[in-house]
Amino acid sequence: MAEVSGATKRITDIGPHDYNDFLHPVIKKNYGKWKYHEILSPSHMVHVSEDGDKIYTVRVGSPRLVSSSFIKDLCDLADKYSGGYLRFTTRNNVEFLLDKEENIKPLLNDIEKLNLPAGGIGNVVANIVHTQGWVHCHTAASDASGVVKSLMDELYEYYVNAQLPTKVRIAFACCLNMCGAVHCSDIAVLGIHRRPPRVIPEKIINLCEVPSTIASCPTNVIRPDSYNGKPSVKLIEEGCVFCGNCFTVCPGMPIADPLNDGLSIWVGGKVSNARSKPAFSKLAVPFLENDPPRWPKVIEAVKTILDAYKKDAHKGERVGEWIERIGWPKFFKVTGFEFTKYHIDDFRLGEATLNYSAQIRQ
Amino acid sequence: MSKKHKTPLLDELKKGKWPSFVREIERAAETSEMTDDLLGQVEQSYEEKVVHWKHGGMVGVKGYGSGIVGRFSDSPEKYPGIKEFHTVRINQPSGFFYTSDILRKIVDIGEKHASSLFNFHGSTGDIQLLGAKTADLETIFQEYTKLGFDLGGSGSALRTPSCCVGMARCEFANYDAMHACNSITQAFQDEMHRPIFNYKFKFKFSACGNDCTASIARADLSVIGTWKDDIRIDPEMVKDYAKKFDLHKYVIDKCPTKCMSYSAEEGLKIENSNCSRCMHCINTMPKALRPGTKGGATILIGSKAPMVSGPRLSMVLVPFYDIEEDAKNNYKWFKDLIEKIWEFWDEYGVSRERIGELIQRVGVGNFIESIGLEPLPEMVASPRGNPFVLYEEYAEAGEGQD
Repeated sequence: MAEVSGATKRITDIGPHDYNDFLHPVIKKNYGKWKYHEILSPSHMVHVSEDGDKIYTVRVGSPRLVSSSFIKDLCDLADKYSGGYLRFTTRNNVEFLLDKEENIKPLLNDIEKLNLPAGGIGNVVANIVHTQGWVHCHTAASDASGVVKSLMDELYEYYVNAQLPTKVRIAFACCLNMCGAVHCSDIAVLGIHRRPPRVIPEKIINLCEVPSTIASCPTNVIRPDSYNGKPSVKLIEEGCVFCGNCFTVCPGMPIADPLNDGLSIWVGGKVSNARSKPAFSKLAVPFLENDPPRWPKVIEAVKTILDAYKKDAHKGERVGEWIERIGWPKFFKVTGFEFTKYHIDDFRLGEATLNYSAQIRQ
Repeated sequence: MSKKHKTPLLDELKKGKWPSFVREIERAAETSEMTDDLLGQVEQSYEEKVVHWKHGGMVGVKGYGSGIVGRFSDSPEKYPGIKEFHTVRINQPSGFFYTSDILRKIVDIGEKHASSLFNFHGSTGDIQLLGAKTADLETIFQEYTKLGFDLGGSGSALRTPSCCVGMARCEFANYDAMHACNSITQAFQDEMHRPIFNYKFKFKFSACGNDCTASIARADLSVIGTWKDDIRIDPEMVKDYAKKFDLHKYVIDKCPTKCMSYSAEEGLKIENSNCSRCMHCINTMPKALRPGTKGGATILIGSKAPMVSGPRLSMVLVPFYDIEEDAKNNYKWFKDLIEKIWEFWDEYGVSRERIGELIQRVGVGNFIESIGLEPLPEMVASPRGNPFVLYEEYAEAGEGQD
């Protein structure tokens, strides 16, 4: 921690900057008084207020990991077309907020000149939310930005054109910590390990708090031990589910393994309450090896799901609702994914996922 | 500036139509030389298929236990620029609204004192400046607070609350999510900056059941907008939609409670007492239907990612919370509820146990009793189906016989 001179006047605990300072005047005037919205294209929509005022939104995809120069490019566009007003979405899109309809076209032209994708509204593949990966995380089982970039290059047309039964939300997490709502996405790509952590007692005795290391294990297979007379831990490897949570709390239990780390694919989750209740994503493909720089196996698996969904789902049906209608056996049939014993849940609450009926599509 | 490192694998990711993060790292390196070494290290990860960041490490600024996440290269001799490359979490304004003026100032600080590399935004909601050296953290912190921005949460603390766009630009908003989010964040600054919890705690505010912040999947406390009165119908606009698509197929038949009917003669009828506020019909016909005017929120508790005992969704705690009324009182009722929940977690939770896992361990009945809430049928999908009831009431022989 840096030393602070007693003479320095420090400002602390002021909390977030007041959002009111950054609201477009039309938004301020019509706050809480919006009447309806209309999607005019995959890249822009209009919100109309009770007073008849309009605010146009132009949406642009971003890679989330951006330079200061990228932000300044956006600022220049905002100054030119939206009075300097812009916002970001929860899925890392940029939204320019315009009160002049005539500015939409020139703004879209300038966006194209910067090679940025305008889209992401309506029945599209939404921008993929993702984690840090090899770029900036110590527990990553894969890179994040690289897989997402490879996927979005391939799914680009689905972002800029609305051609799906309804929106598809894809999420990526590079380990089971899942910093993001990966576990409730239409399609989730999840980094996984497949071997137990190494136990390095020389490090554990100096760097780890033994009780919290033991508490971090979901299957209770980290047990107390001693090493050179100091508190340490041992691992019953047969019970390990390779989650990596022990490494998060204890540097003496590294789990990264280039030979065995990789990715898994999950489908059918959602967070919205519309029609069906929010749901977890379910396992589709247990393991795909890391194949940088372009991860073709992941792309193939995601495209297989999307193609089958696009072909077979009814208009307005989310991926999970489509699978619910056709049944899981047919999902595995149409995708060609192998159903294995890994797909049958044997963790806590897993028995709730079995089929207790004779209702089978023969 | 010439690139120090050859990056043939990463160069592959500069191809294609989607904006390239590799190009962004290169652009950041044009204004901050240290960032060039990041390209070298990530290229090495791509070659070896393994991460090259050392495990964590405690760093921070005076008086704060969170807001900065330590990050150290495992090969500092090879990549001296990223020997220390910490994350600075900066609490975003509610709704992620900015002006170009403030954004330029935010990124200028990152150019001047760190890597020029940002996440807009991190998964929890913060603006993240990736790549600051330990010695520069205090300066960076002071520059941001002078600009009116403070650090976000990290570690076993209250994490930066976040919200949807709410009333600022959405007609579906049933309460003022941005105001609630900002007020609650301001009220719990101490819990956010000084980690004193068993583990992390997250708030997310979504102003309708569409839940744009995914609060039901990833907030320990999810506040989701709903309404008490009837869905507002514009019959003329309903007719308009009926001309565009099959109303029965896409609206009426998809209603989860079958509370709607439509005919050209009778128009659209909704049995509002049986409507579960799922948002489907309103989503499909936004010009014709609007939520009622008596807005509020459902409070749900306990969702989380898999660590430690498996992923969870949030469950209903308070079916209808009159949040607009409580807002007039500076959210006193809500803050009192939170204090009671934290007190329970503090008393009975163990290290790395999220509130949802604790509730699972002790039982929902015990939990709600402890925080002073009544059991309600809205909390469950169905009552229990097994007879292993821990009865607390019983009669003693001779009682009630005099």
